[in-house]
Amino acid sequence: MRRPPTPLALGVGLVALLVSLVVAITVGPAGIAPADVWATVAHHLGVAAPGGDLSPLLDGIVWELRLPRVLAAALVGAGLAVAGAVMQTVVRNPLADPYLLGLSGGASLGAVAVLVLGVAVLLPVAAFAGALAALVATLALAGSSAATSPARTVLAGLAIGQLAAAGTSFVIFWSATGDSYRDILAWLMGSLAGAGWSDVAIAAVAVGVLGTGLLAAGRSLDALALGDTAAAALGIAVARVRWALLVTVALLTGALVAVSGSIGFVGLAVPHAVRLVVGTAHRRLLALTAVVGATFLVWADTAARALFEPRELPVGIVTALVGAPVLAALLWRRRRLEA
Amino acid sequence: MHLDALSWSVDGRVIVDGVDVTPPTGALTGLLGPNGAGKSSLLRLVAGVLHGAGAVHLDGTDLLTLRRRDRARLLALVEQDGAAPEGLTVAETVLLGRTPHGSPLAGMSTADRERAAQALTTAGVSALRDRALTTLSGGERQRVHLARALAQDPRVLLLDEPTNHLDVRAQLDTLAVVRDLTADGVTVIAALHDLNLAAASCDHVVLLHHGRVAAAGPVAQVLHPDVLEPVYGVRCTVLEHPGTGRPVLVFDRG
Repeated sequence: MRRPPTPLALGVGLVALLVSLVVAITVGPAGIAPADVWATVAHHLGVAAPGGDLSPLLDGIVWELRLPRVLAAALVGAGLAVAGAVMQTVVRNPLADPYLLGLSGGASLGAVAVLVLGVAVLLPVAAFAGALAALVATLALAGSSAATSPARTVLAGLAIGQLAAAGTSFVIFWSATGDSYRDILAWLMGSLAGAGWSDVAIAAVAVGVLGTGLLAAGRSLDALALGDTAAAALGIAVARVRWALLVTVALLTGALVAVSGSIGFVGLAVPHAVRLVVGTAHRRLLALTAVVGATFLVWADTAARALFEPRELPVGIVTALVGAPVLAALLWRRRRLEA
Repeated sequence: MHLDALSWSVDGRVIVDGVDVTPPTGALTGLLGPNGAGKSSLLRLVAGVLHGAGAVHLDGTDLLTLRRRDRARLLALVEQDGAAPEGLTVAETVLLGRTPHGSPLAGMSTADRERAAQALTTAGVSALRDRALTTLSGGERQRVHLARALAQDPRVLLLDEPTNHLDVRAQLDTLAVVRDLTADGVTVIAALHDLNLAAASCDHVVLLHHGRVAAAGPVAQVLHPDVLEPVYGVRCTVLEHPGTGRPVLVFDRG
């Protein structure tokens, strides 16, 4: 099994991401060329003279609407994909994902609860608390012994996730002021509509700080992949490391859900695809997973807003279209393995 | 090295009961006993993976009071059925043996990679280095985990049934690798199922029965009908190997 060299894989991934960002910004009702995108960004960063060929209106569309939205999509995609990859190793379950195990649903419930109470400042904190509570509930329900089957954990996660979704819907319904169904959909299926620079900032800090922490734990994650006993014999404080990683994943999920609502399947589909190419060694896996996850969600969100223009699909529908078949394939393969 | 009154119980059932033995340094000690005698549990206790009562002294320090990472630099454990997670190659798995060396936050160094390559060669699995762990046979996998333990550079190596799943040739090859290690001064304790394999290759044996030490000492002293018959419940005849002079055991149900 020859692996592509890490710098090459990462370089190709980053170029693809950059091209995707630029192209995604040009997609939409207002005709914008890639060169206009460069000119606007350069102008706002103060590195070039104002490109006179872009009207203030188009400049506003690029800088105030499409660029923050595309960047938010990239950051949320990177974060969700990394969260999924880490969870798969930590709970030793190939089906683990922040959405399937109920974390995203719990985070959404926490988020809408504080929004209804009118304390929006607490949004990320409440989303984190919701994610952590959902994770603890899922693992308690599934039983965390080594004999617990992956499917059982997913069932527990679905139960918790559905409960949280019902709670989220009810909270919004109860506080309804007319057009609340769009809000419900946005929290349950995810949406990046209206994402602005403050959302980019939240996601960037979360992915930057927590993602770096997870990347730094690469060696411990590698050892954990060998099993608890082997990891302990290699000097890893298994229980402590596992909880630290899970809390970090819950924090990350909470921050991302506060930005985008719960978007499913990114954390499931992307790590599995990347693992096929670069293997399980976690530093390489997580770095590339982040880049591919970012690219994936940029395109999913572009499809969500462009396919039925001017109406927007919840982005979770697009990610489920790709992710659900991956889940089906994983289940199918396990069935063969267990047969 | 001295195992000092090691005990472990679970749900009120005593699994390891006051084991107090002194495996000779730089020698191969066979850990024998019927199924359920507590061999695996004892090895895990010594490795500090299970937490019970007692101490493991090595040159005056109690290994069990050390920090995990410091202990992992002195002592390595190879489990009976080592895991084969998807997506790891043989080379990557062996490199994990370097985990306790160097900073947990840094990557693997060139020196780590060289040591891992050496361990692959010593364990005779360097031809497999780019294979996925999941594609290996049980025996190959066990050799890879042995190589991982070697890359850990331990002074004490604990092996739980290292010859399980292996055909005769591979059993002898594995024990030859282990014997070379003892020649380099590594103290090895190996749980073994096959009494004749133990008779042919061990320097010292510890016989466990119901979690207690039934006998401990040189091979000829412990692998003796009077000692084995009550523990295993079989009749036993000891012959002498015409070539090596080591004991060969023959059993019947009596």
